[in-house]
Amino acid sequence: MPKYALRSVALGYLTLLVGVPVGLIFWRTFEHGLKPVIDSLTDPSVLHAFRVTAIVALWAVLLNTVFGVGVAVLLVRHRFPGRRLLSVLVDLPIAVSPVVVGLALILVYGRHAPIGGWLTDHGVKVIFAYPGMVLATMFVSLPLVVREVAPVLEEIGIEQEQAAWTLGANRLQTFRRVTLPAIRWALAYGVVLTLARSLGEYGAVAVVSGRLIGKTQTATLVVEERFQNFDQGTAYAVSVTLALVAIVVLILINVLRPKEHT
Amino acid sequence: MADATVTLPRSTPRRRGGVASLNTGTAFGVGIATLWLSLLILVPLGAVVWRAQRDGLGSFWDAVTTPQAVAAIRLTVVCALLVAVVNAVLGTLIAWVLVRDDFHGKRLVDAIIDLPFALPTIVAGLVLLTLYGVHSPVGLELAYTRAGVVVALLFVTLPFVVRTVQPVLREFDGEMEQAAASLGASSFTIFRRIVLPNLLPAISAGTALAFARAISEFGATVLIAGNLPVASVHIFTQIETDNTVGAAAVATVLLVIALIVLIGLDLLQRWAARHA
Repeated sequence: MPKYALRSVALGYLTLLVGVPVGLIFWRTFEHGLKPVIDSLTDPSVLHAFRVTAIVALWAVLLNTVFGVGVAVLLVRHRFPGRRLLSVLVDLPIAVSPVVVGLALILVYGRHAPIGGWLTDHGVKVIFAYPGMVLATMFVSLPLVVREVAPVLEEIGIEQEQAAWTLGANRLQTFRRVTLPAIRWALAYGVVLTLARSLGEYGAVAVVSGRLIGKTQTATLVVEERFQNFDQGTAYAVSVTLALVAIVVLILINVLRPKEHT
Repeated sequence: MADATVTLPRSTPRRRGGVASLNTGTAFGVGIATLWLSLLILVPLGAVVWRAQRDGLGSFWDAVTTPQAVAAIRLTVVCALLVAVVNAVLGTLIAWVLVRDDFHGKRLVDAIIDLPFALPTIVAGLVLLTLYGVHSPVGLELAYTRAGVVVALLFVTLPFVVRTVQPVLREFDGEMEQAAASLGASSFTIFRRIVLPNLLPAISAGTALAFARAISEFGATVLIAGNLPVASVHIFTQIETDNTVGAAAVATVLLVIALIVLIGLDLLQRWAARHA
């Protein structure tokens, strides 16, 4: 009997908190058919926003993948003073509010800040432009690749890499032929997580982008802007599109996860 | 999704085999990584703290003790504490049901737990507003209320406790429970004396992460909070009105709270590892 009580409490809570709200937004979006949704999504400023989101996310994923693998190798395979500190630094973004991330970047890379001023003088605009948005997105998704790849590197040990070295392979060959195949599922998992986080980032990007419609507005910023301006149809349509991406990510994660353990 | 975000700080494990010593390659790598992390994280966060006390500690204190700032910090911490407690209880319960119970569609329910992490936070806010906002179809208008903020925070923090407790519960074999039952313990006693103590480190780790996330959340609460002073919304407003000192001061308070929670968590894990 208590088994059923617990089950109903758990399922009831999940239904009210997640199931019904998410279901309702799909229903609200499609209640007038497919046409208004397609019209909303093909609006030029909405299309532009999706493009901006894609560009920012691709750069953030690319840079965080390269950097994430590098730092994971460094943390697991090398000993150096300050290693623990580096590890803490990598985890730090989890605990920082996205708004604070945006503020932090403005204070350093804004036009009136020392580094930002110097960059502006040399023709590089960071804040209210792509570089700042990529930096903000990288900041919030920084730990994801590192924390997926590091435990696997730890797990596989270095015997195979040593064998490759003794057989005359250089560092790059060893990495490409031995290390990379061993970490590929963890890496794929980390990349998918980074991509999801990058596509969905709102707070940090809201601060550093300046929210210029048709210029630096991303998909998540469209949702907020249209909702505040009583264009709920577009807000719902873009939300549902982002939610569908999230669901695809969930499916991918569930496909990738079991392979990690084999 | 949860596995990534819920990676816990832990003490350095022992490595297998040898490890490259500090050679030029390593030094080069460390140099690049340090430079990169400094430019991306360390210098910007340092700039926040620096800006907060730019006009002296007195003005920092003035900025965090304005009525709006105090109200924002208080509301955020109170809501986050409430969210942490609900998560500790219901998160553990859900993990229990997902590991020990069996029913149709369990895999789907298990996958849904990760949805709040995969869903963009602004979409999460909109989703909740559709159900619990003005003209709520279920008659629950929570928009612009504290209850609404709590529901939004419960949504985004759902996976933390579930995903930290689940693997521990799965590893935990039933032998001790069976032994206790054979000695005549009631199922409540078994839970209190056997299961709960074993789950406690995982529950507190998940709860701490949920609390840290709750005090820093912005996207999910911005639409539902309205004029309610939530800390991150307060910081955002200060940035928009060019009061960077005020924004930095409240941001520093949030950073310090988050840091205390993370350090406390690290200490707890070391203590648990030593007493395991």
